[in-house]
Order: sequence, then C-alpha cells, then structure tokens
Amino acid sequence: MTANKEKLVLIGNGMAGINTIEQILKLAPSRYEITVFGGEPYPNYNRIMLSYVLEGSKTIDDIILNSWEWYKDNKITLHTGTNVTHIDTAAKTVTTDKGTIVPYDQLIIATGSNPILLPIPGKDMEGVIGFRDIGDCSTMMDAAKQYKKAAVIGGGLLGLEAAKGLVNLGMEATVVHLMPDLMERQLDPIASTMLKAELERQGLKFLMEKGTSEIYGGARAEGLRFTDGTELEADLVVMAVGIRPNTAVADGSGIEVNRGILVDDFMRTSAPDVYAVGECNEHRGVCYGLVAPLFEQGQILAKHITGTATLPYEGSMMSTKLKISGVDVFSAGAFMDSKEFTVIRKQDEWKRTYKKLVLQEGKIVGGVLFGDVADSAMIQQWIRSETVMTEELYAEFMGTAAASAKSPLERIAAMPEEEIVCGCNGVSKGAIMNAINEQGLTTVDEIKACTGAGRSCGGCIPTVGSILEYVLGDKYSAAAAKKAGICGCTTLNRDEIVAAIREKRLTTIREVMHVLEWSNTEGCSKCRPAINYYLGMAWPQEHEDEKDSRFVNERLNANIQKDGTYTVIPRMYGGVTTPQELQRIAEVAVKYNVGMVKVTGGQRLDLVGVKKEDLPDVWAALDMPSGYGYAKALRTVKTCVGSLYCRFGTQDSVNMGIELERMFERLDMPAKLKMAVNGCPRNCAESCTKDVGFVGNDGGWEIYVGGNGGIKPRIADLLCKVKTDEELKEMTGAFLQYYRENAKYLERTSDWVERVGMEQIIQTVVEDEKSRRALNERIGIALAGLKDPWSEVIADTEIREKVYGNVGKLNG
Amino acid sequence: MGNSTSSTSSASFGAAETMRTFRIGGLDDFIVRIGRTVKVEGMEIAVFRTSDNRIFAVENKNPHRKGGPLSEGIVSGHDLFDPLYDLKINLETGKVYAPDTGQVRTYPVTIQGDDVEIGLTV
Repeated sequence: MTANKEKLVLIGNGMAGINTIEQILKLAPSRYEITVFGGEPYPNYNRIMLSYVLEGSKTIDDIILNSWEWYKDNKITLHTGTNVTHIDTAAKTVTTDKGTIVPYDQLIIATGSNPILLPIPGKDMEGVIGFRDIGDCSTMMDAAKQYKKAAVIGGGLLGLEAAKGLVNLGMEATVVHLMPDLMERQLDPIASTMLKAELERQGLKFLMEKGTSEIYGGARAEGLRFTDGTELEADLVVMAVGIRPNTAVADGSGIEVNRGILVDDFMRTSAPDVYAVGECNEHRGVCYGLVAPLFEQGQILAKHITGTATLPYEGSMMSTKLKISGVDVFSAGAFMDSKEFTVIRKQDEWKRTYKKLVLQEGKIVGGVLFGDVADSAMIQQWIRSETVMTEELYAEFMGTAAASAKSPLERIAAMPEEEIVCGCNGVSKGAIMNAINEQGLTTVDEIKACTGAGRSCGGCIPTVGSILEYVLGDKYSAAAAKKAGICGCTTLNRDEIVAAIREKRLTTIREVMHVLEWSNTEGCSKCRPAINYYLGMAWPQEHEDEKDSRFVNERLNANIQKDGTYTVIPRMYGGVTTPQELQRIAEVAVKYNVGMVKVTGGQRLDLVGVKKEDLPDVWAALDMPSGYGYAKALRTVKTCVGSLYCRFGTQDSVNMGIELERMFERLDMPAKLKMAVNGCPRNCAESCTKDVGFVGNDGGWEIYVGGNGGIKPRIADLLCKVKTDEELKEMTGAFLQYYRENAKYLERTSDWVERVGMEQIIQTVVEDEKSRRALNERIGIALAGLKDPWSEVIADTEIREKVYGNVGKLNG
Repeated sequence: MGNSTSSTSSASFGAAETMRTFRIGGLDDFIVRIGRTVKVEGMEIAVFRTSDNRIFAVENKNPHRKGGPLSEGIVSGHDLFDPLYDLKINLETGKVYAPDTGQVRTYPVTIQGDDVEIGLTV
C-alpha cells in the first residue's frame, strides 16, 4: 500500500514546515508518505515562546507543539539532528549530512533563518551566541549560573527579550544598540523612549549609539570594545542584530535564491515540485521574520499541493508585539511620522500609555500602541481593510466613543473567515467559529483549549472573545454572565460555597452539587476533593469522609508514582527514630523488594516503589502510624537537637516538635503543611521556609508563619513571641484553625497569608483572646476521634480486598 | 473474586474474531466510583462501577505518553479523571476529551444476575 503513496519530504522541522504538514494532513490524511528532516534534537516547538523559556515562565516541555507521538501517530518518519545538504532536482532526491539519499515526489523547504553574527574579531569565542533555538536558551541559562555580566548586541525585539530573560536569570544585562532608538524598525521615537524607560525600571541597562568593533578575551569572551574606544565587561555576549533566511540547501542545488529562496504566490520555487515556506523564502521581495505570515503561507501551500482550490498569497501585513511580561508594545504597518502621513496620537505620561494611528489619504495604514495594547486587534483589522478614518472611528480610538461607534461585533462580521486571528498558533476566524458551533463552546477558555487560539502570547484573546459573542448572539450574554467558579462545574467561588454549606446545612457532596445546581452532576477532579474538604472543615462531626472524591493518594494513604507503584512514609515524630524501628523498616524494605529507600527532606524515611496490593502488608509489618506524606495535612515537624544535647540549645526543640506533631497530625488541611522547631536562633531546622516555624530563645519562643520552600519560595512572617510552651500550642492551634476555615482548598499558608495579610491574622489569632479561644475549641473538636488510616485499612478485610486488591494474605 | 470462568464464543462479526466472555466477579465486588483492577488472560483491566450501577472496563493503561495506571482515577458520571495527569476520559468510548488526545481500549461488559462479565477478543 505504501508503495503507491506519494513521497513528501520536508526539510526543516520547525513551525512553518510542520504547520504546513498539519494542514496537508487535514486536507489529504493518507495521501503521502512523509519524511521530515530537522537539525535540532527536538520535535517541533514554538520558537516564538523561547523568550518565555528564558524568562522562566515556561519550560521547554511547555512549548513543544508536536510531541514525538504526533509524528508516530501520523506515520511521519522524523530524522532529528540531521541536515539536508543537497537537493538533486533532476533525480528528485535529497542527500543528508549522514550520507543518506531520500527520493521525493514533492519537496518542501522550511529551513527558517539564522541569526546574523557580526563579522567582528572575537565572534567565535566561547560565550558568544545568537538567540534562535533551545540550544541558545540552554547556553544562556547555564551561563547565568556561573557568570554575572551579559551584553546583548542589538536593541530590537529579540535582543530586548533576550536581555530581559537574562536579567530574570540574575545576570546584569546591558543592551548595546547602534541606533539612538530601541526597536527603531517598529516604533517611533516617542514609543521607543517610553519602552526604554520601562525596561530600565525592570533592571535592564542600555548603551545607545554604540558600534561594537570587537569582542575581547581569551578562550572565553571577557567584554566588548566599541568604535569610540570604550569597553564593556561581559562574560556572555548575545548577538541579536537580525536574522537572515537560511538558504544553504537551495544555494548549491541550482534553486533560485536572492536574499531568501524565491517563491511565487503558491510557494513554488524555480525547481519543479520544490516549495519553500516561511522565513527561508522571499516572496515579492519580502522575507518575513514573524510567525503570522508563515501560517498564511503554509495554508496556501497545503491547499496548492493537495490540489485544493486556493487564492494566491499576496503578502502579509507585518505587526509586532514584544513578548516581555509587563511590557506591552504593539506596532503594525506604517509607524513613523512623515510628510505624506496624517498622524493621530495620544500620550499619557502618568499612566505611561501611548497610542498612535497613521493615515494616508484618509485611510488607516499603521499604528503603534504602548502600555495598553487592547486595541491591537482593532487596529490590525483597520489596516488590513484600509479603513477610511471617520468621526466614529476617531472617537473609538481616542476613547471618547459614543454608543454609535462601530462595535467590535461589526468588525468581526466584516472579517473574512480565513483570516488568521491567532498568529502564534495559526488559527483562523473560520476555525474558531466552527469550533464554537460544532462543539458548543461558550467560553474563551474552551476555545483556547479546543483550537489553541490565544494559548501562546494571548494578544488575540479580545478578538476571540468578540468572535464568541458574534457567533453566540443572544446566548452570549447568558454565557458571559457566568463568572468563573472554583471549576468548570459551577460559577460559585470558595466563599459562596462554604457559606451555602453552613447556611443550608449541606453535609454531603451530592447535596452541595444538587442544591447549588452544579452543571456537571457528579462534579470533576477539581471540585470533588475541594467540597469534601470544605464539608469536613464545616461539619467535623457530621461529615463522613467521601473516599470516592479523594485524590488517589489520600484515598489509598500512599503516594502514587508514575509507574503505578506507591511510596510509604511512616511517622517519625520530630524526626526521631529508634534502632528497633530502623530494623523493621530495613526488614520490610528487603522483604517487599522496594525500589529505593530515601531519606526525605522532612527527617523521615521513604520506601519507594511499593506495589498497591502490598501496601496493607507493608504497613502491618512496619507497625508504625502513617506519616501522611501523601496528604493535605500536617506532614512533618522538623526539629534540631536542641537543649537535650546541643551546647547552643536554649529550648527542648525535639520534645516540642514531637508534641506538636502528635497534637495536630491526621487533621485535614487546605493543603499540605510543614512545621519546624528550633532550639535557638541558629535555626538549624530551617523554620523560615515552613508553614509554621518556631525559634526558641532564652525567654521563650518566636512563631513564624507562611514560609514556603517550594515552587514559590517565601520567607515566613513573625506571628508573635510567646513565653511559655502552653502559649505556643495555643497560638499554633488558633492559627491552624483560622487557616483551615478561611483558605481555599489547595491554598498553601504562604499564599493565604499574602492574600489576607498578617495584620488580620495577628488580630484574630494573637490579639483577640476570645477568638483565639474559640478557634482552639473548634480545632479540638476536629482533632477528636481522628484515627490512623493505615491501622483502619489493616483491620478492614473488605477494603483491603476491594480497594487494594490485597487478597487474604496479610502477614502475622 | 474468582475470574476466568471462560465461556461462549460469539462470532457476530466475521469468523476470524472470536469474542470470549470472562466472569470478573459479582456487582458487589465493585465499590461505586472506586476503580479496581482485574487480570484476565494476562491483561490488566481497570473496572469501574458508576453511580448508575453500570460497569465499565478499560485497559489499565494511561494514554498519557508517560503511561501508568487508570484504575485509581476519580469517576464522575461515565467519565474518568486519570490519577496521574488528570486527563478526562470517556469510559463508554475510551476517548480522551479535548484539549488532550488519546484513546483507551474499552471492553464490553454484561451484567447477568450477579455475574459481571467482560468480553475479550481472542
């Protein structure tokens, strides 16, 4: 069967090429036998989001657009780390740098572009790079770990994004720019000045009107020397002076090349059955370096190659957005003042916003936005359709619009269906409308999830919202009125749900969902565990824990691993164990052949890789209570040796830790909770990164709350100082209960403390004695009658069998 | 729970494919909305009893590229939220809901009296 298929070969495994393949697969799913060659060792990723990877807000995994599985599922043969070196257009074959020769019936070149490296002395030194691919990103991230000073040559889009990323990585980054204004190819001097001021506020440094004459140093770059004789120290030099179409493969193959590979309106090159798409080509004298045109070209090429009717490609309008968090810049079409243009502008130095519209003979031909880019979609639309300026449009642009102005909906109606709305992911208006109609979508989030529109830079989200409104018509207002609830099943937020639980005395999840009119009758994996917690918190005595609404770890009292095995962490109160316990742990580890015995960060031992059906046996053999290492509850109380043995110790931190752990263990919390007790201010048990931390001194204890060492590290705040152990326990109990009663499910103390503020917490827990007593009473009720879950399972044959698949063995 | 009471062969679609049914237990062996794994013919199958007392059987293999089990997921209606990556899976069809993609193998289940049986193509 495959023998009959046409052979389609793609050179270049990037966004332009793979997007074209995706379009082709949609039009002719099984027509081609497809082979893809890519120079990088990754599947196709979103190159325009590299800035976010560098900035740290996304990981490399986040920006992968097509997984390895995608290639497999579509039966595409992918050769990564392989470059095509020659095309024989007569024999219709390609030759790779590995020496293989592959025949084609149709060939697409999508080799993108290369960063331009200035031909100056020192450009080949270590520590001198471009900013183009994941490899460059990794180099920068590694450099930031060792070195302090970075220089970025080039104050354009890419240079600024690179410099911001380096600042975020902790480097001192200086942007060196040849021209007097940043991004002078997209911005006028006013916007450029405002941009520079904003970036300086964010920690970037600038050297303007400096030409780099050489890079000095030894094996590694040490700095830049400028044409005026001055110097700048730098351990890392990023060249971001521009890009050049990568035409290498076409050059030696007799395919016509100018700046880029020359193509006609259907992306055909001078050789038969050879096409070029994306940044590597040159169409009507233009080489595009932005993403939206690539998708427009890809769409036309896919249609052409599969014999589907298509209009010719007539070029794209260029528009630009800077991808730096918190700096909003937009530019499209003409942006500079000039005699032939009429300019409308509005600058607000207090709000730091700027907007400008450029007219030519009354028609809108360009615009610039700074600070607030909400109008970007509107301006793009105006430029594209060469809209004539009117009083209404003027009023709309200047924000003095009366109700009569043309609404966003009217603009959407006028937009052609094939127009790309989301440039980052190549999603057209038609595709969004189809998704809304066919899948009954009612929110922008759903559109994002289904079509990918707005998933990357988010700039098109206002337009996507307008399309939704346009398609839904009357139904829209109802859908829009829905505010965001705790999950997709409800529009109610945490406080409204808890209030209803208390007021209406709701005691089961079913009741909550029924009375509060959940849209999904049995809820989802987000709301079910949350409601279960809120019910247990509100009705500690009445509520029966609903195991089927617990996340696997809390249902099985063990922590699931990616292979379906579990980890077992027994309690070691205060991080103190005995030789007998250690002996039992060792015996169990051997008997059940656990994959790893791990000392945890919380002073305990973790048996990793236990089979689900063995869990009850392992627990029984350990004969120790659960350490709750899987739960949204008190995990560990870390202690230092304290006054028992330490010569610096002023308080008995070990026994205080053990006492606290015994006091508050097993109680459900909104999120996991860690404590630490220190015998002196040396803080060896690191209380500053714990949810509740205690520091002993000669006269008593200091209590710190809201610390976190995890995803978002936060140093704890002082709650209060106390003199006696009794006071310490009282403050702790009140704080924990106040947190339990007020935090959102999954909200750690660090986020909660930030949200409500220490002032209110101190007032309620420390200063108001009455409320402190009431909180302690309530936590006392909640703590009463809690049992060790492991012993409960061991004693229950039915649960052991039906939930764990532990059939009748149980040792002993 | 004794399984493997193998029985009839029904060849409704062509002679080559033979569907054999296996008893995997009684209805009470399955707790509502808490999954359970059974092994049949060397296959690991995740079995779910939904709140309307229907039983669904799927291959106990997470469609996520990192793999893992499914039987410990949260059951909602006829949908399953996978325990490791929170993919939402339709237990009737085995299809993963958008924006994620994937397919889980499903097995036909019949409940006859107290016998829960699943069909496997052998």
